[in-house]
Amino acid sequence: MYSATIGGHRYTFDTLATLMAKATPLRSGDVLAGLAAGSAQERVAAQYALADLPLRTFLSDAVVPYESDEVTRLIIDSHDAGAFATVAHLTVGGFRDWLLSDDATSDALAAIRPGVTPEMVAAVSKLCRLQDLLTIAAKCHVVTRFRTTIGLPGRLSVRLQPNHPSDDPAGIAASIMDGLLLGAGDAVIGINPASDSPERTHQLLCLLEEIRLKLELPAQSCVLSHVTTTLELIRRGSPVDLVFQSIGGTEATNRSFGIDLALLAEAHAAGQSLRRGTIGNNLMYFETGQGSALSAEAHHGVDQQTLEARAYAVARHFDPLLVNTVVGFIGPEYLFDGKQIIRAGLEDHFCGKLLGLPMGCDVCYTNHAEADQDDMDVLLTLLANAGVNFVMGVPGADDIMLGYQSTSFHDVLAVRELVGRRPAPEFEAWLERQGLLNPQRNIRPASLPGTMRKMLAG
Amino acid sequence: MIDHRRQDASPSADRLDQEIWDRARRFTPARISLTRSGASLATAPLLEFRLAHAIARDAVHAALEVADLRRALEGLGLPILTVPSAAQSRRDYLLRPDLGRRLSSEGADALAPHAGSYDLVFVLADGLSATAIARHALPLLQQALPLVQARKWRLAPLVIVERGRVGIGDRIANLLGARAVVVLIGERPGLSAPDSLGLYMTWQPGPGTTDADRNCISNVRPAGLSYADAAYRLTYLLQQMFAVGHSGVRLKDNSSDSALPSQAALNLSNLESPSRS
Repeated sequence: MYSATIGGHRYTFDTLATLMAKATPLRSGDVLAGLAAGSAQERVAAQYALADLPLRTFLSDAVVPYESDEVTRLIIDSHDAGAFATVAHLTVGGFRDWLLSDDATSDALAAIRPGVTPEMVAAVSKLCRLQDLLTIAAKCHVVTRFRTTIGLPGRLSVRLQPNHPSDDPAGIAASIMDGLLLGAGDAVIGINPASDSPERTHQLLCLLEEIRLKLELPAQSCVLSHVTTTLELIRRGSPVDLVFQSIGGTEATNRSFGIDLALLAEAHAAGQSLRRGTIGNNLMYFETGQGSALSAEAHHGVDQQTLEARAYAVARHFDPLLVNTVVGFIGPEYLFDGKQIIRAGLEDHFCGKLLGLPMGCDVCYTNHAEADQDDMDVLLTLLANAGVNFVMGVPGADDIMLGYQSTSFHDVLAVRELVGRRPAPEFEAWLERQGLLNPQRNIRPASLPGTMRKMLAG
Repeated sequence: MIDHRRQDASPSADRLDQEIWDRARRFTPARISLTRSGASLATAPLLEFRLAHAIARDAVHAALEVADLRRALEGLGLPILTVPSAAQSRRDYLLRPDLGRRLSSEGADALAPHAGSYDLVFVLADGLSATAIARHALPLLQQALPLVQARKWRLAPLVIVERGRVGIGDRIANLLGARAVVVLIGERPGLSAPDSLGLYMTWQPGPGTTDADRNCISNVRPAGLSYADAAYRLTYLLQQMFAVGHSGVRLKDNSSDSALPSQAALNLSNLESPSRS
């Protein structure tokens, strides 16, 4: 039982999960689940109670039972008490103060990573304003490598997302060329296939491989098929760089995705065995998003933001190259409008970075959400300032296969210049070799480089 | 009309590139090779995007013009019933998927007198695009009904649902006494497809029915899957369903392997698990 007294009224919260949910800034998914605070004052009362909670409570009181959930077991069993020692004496409120303090340097933040749990970072994020989420996350540097180096300070990478409604190879190739010209693709060139058939996925992988080799491109590719499809293709000898999978924060959510930790471990090992990375071997690519557990009826009465942070424990276990929170894709019943999407994107980035993940964000919305490109500008610009590792590059921000809006090649180009971020170093050198940089080192394609012209001309 | 030239391109390279991009654009409806100014989008493509978004937004918020739709459907020769879901408003509908899956009590009352013993009921729900239903429900049914009737299936009255989601068809089938239900529903509008119609088929739906028990035909519209192809696939799947006595993931659509992949995008936005893989 947790409680706080505000203005003579005593608010009580039966469980830790209830306390966390009621302390969460308003979002439609928690209302839909019946977990949200009943009033604005109850929400702040919960935040008061949460601020006084010792961090070590989260090590003894699991929001999802240890016995019935392998994600909880992963979190508890992999906890590093030594790394936790620095902050073990703090409350959640005290943790926020410490994170903002000058003591919490980049090195200090990196040192505590194995000692903090998803629930701890979710809790502190609920007390934070957006400015705190930016300020703290900007001190966290998480660098990963495969053929490019992603996450270095002063860099912002892009997943080039060249989707096509019928997986047409020529159409996909055209979108890839357009993106490369505008400096996208240094995080990954990643296709969401319209069909999950192994044969189709294999063909797309071969297309990506051919483009990469012909253009001598320092980049990694991925077809975002189900992990079982990728595993099968690895066994058949397809050119698989990254292993993709959507993941969630409870065992039951992951089961609804058709996966468990053992399957991910198997896929991770299979990917590693190919040894295709040139400068590093981080090769898992995970996607997440608040609301997926509720959508799968697997939320255990826990708020969607805490469950999202728990998904990062799954990701962290496999040393991923990229973790992408697809923040506005799920729809307005989970994140209603631009305000809720913006906050969620910054929370996810913050929580992921504190846990040591290479966080990117699909800054996006659907047409039935109360949001537009102005909201995306806000979130993209804030994330760039917070040091996000990568964002999406979609032709004209319009994903014609998945039917939603993300960020465009142009959006990222403009924000890179506005905030002073450059592409991954290996990729930037390639852009320079192709003559795509102007004397100020901004990306300004004057005309198609010969190799690309040849490819497009077919 | 958009000028696709990049503004800082040299004239000769520009002409050659222009031809190459014109060719490339034939292979994809993606917004590639947009005119740029500095790092940013030039005004023409900016406004074009904004217009596409406005069209999609209007489609999401458009109310179904029930009287017009009824009039249009009259020629099909089936009785027509109109029922509201338990969602009272568009906002309710967007925020509460559970209400869109439930019938209002007056809706249940309206169906009761028509209870009988049917093989099939067609349910027309506005979903996330009333525009899709208004444009494509009639021509699709004009193609599908003759195929369905040729198989001597007993058809229940057509049911129009305001603010309905896919799951509401289960209850309607139960109340009317139909063995199978086909829900025609407006799919989540994309910028390039604000009026895409989805068809969801369920065999003997009940309280335990989940989305895994349904079969879906997506992206029905003249620029996507044609009415004739959709009607053919629909009838094919229904026939399979009646033959084997179940629907869903175990029922495979082999109706036209060659034609399918290029047409049917995996748009499952009306279902409850919008995962991207």
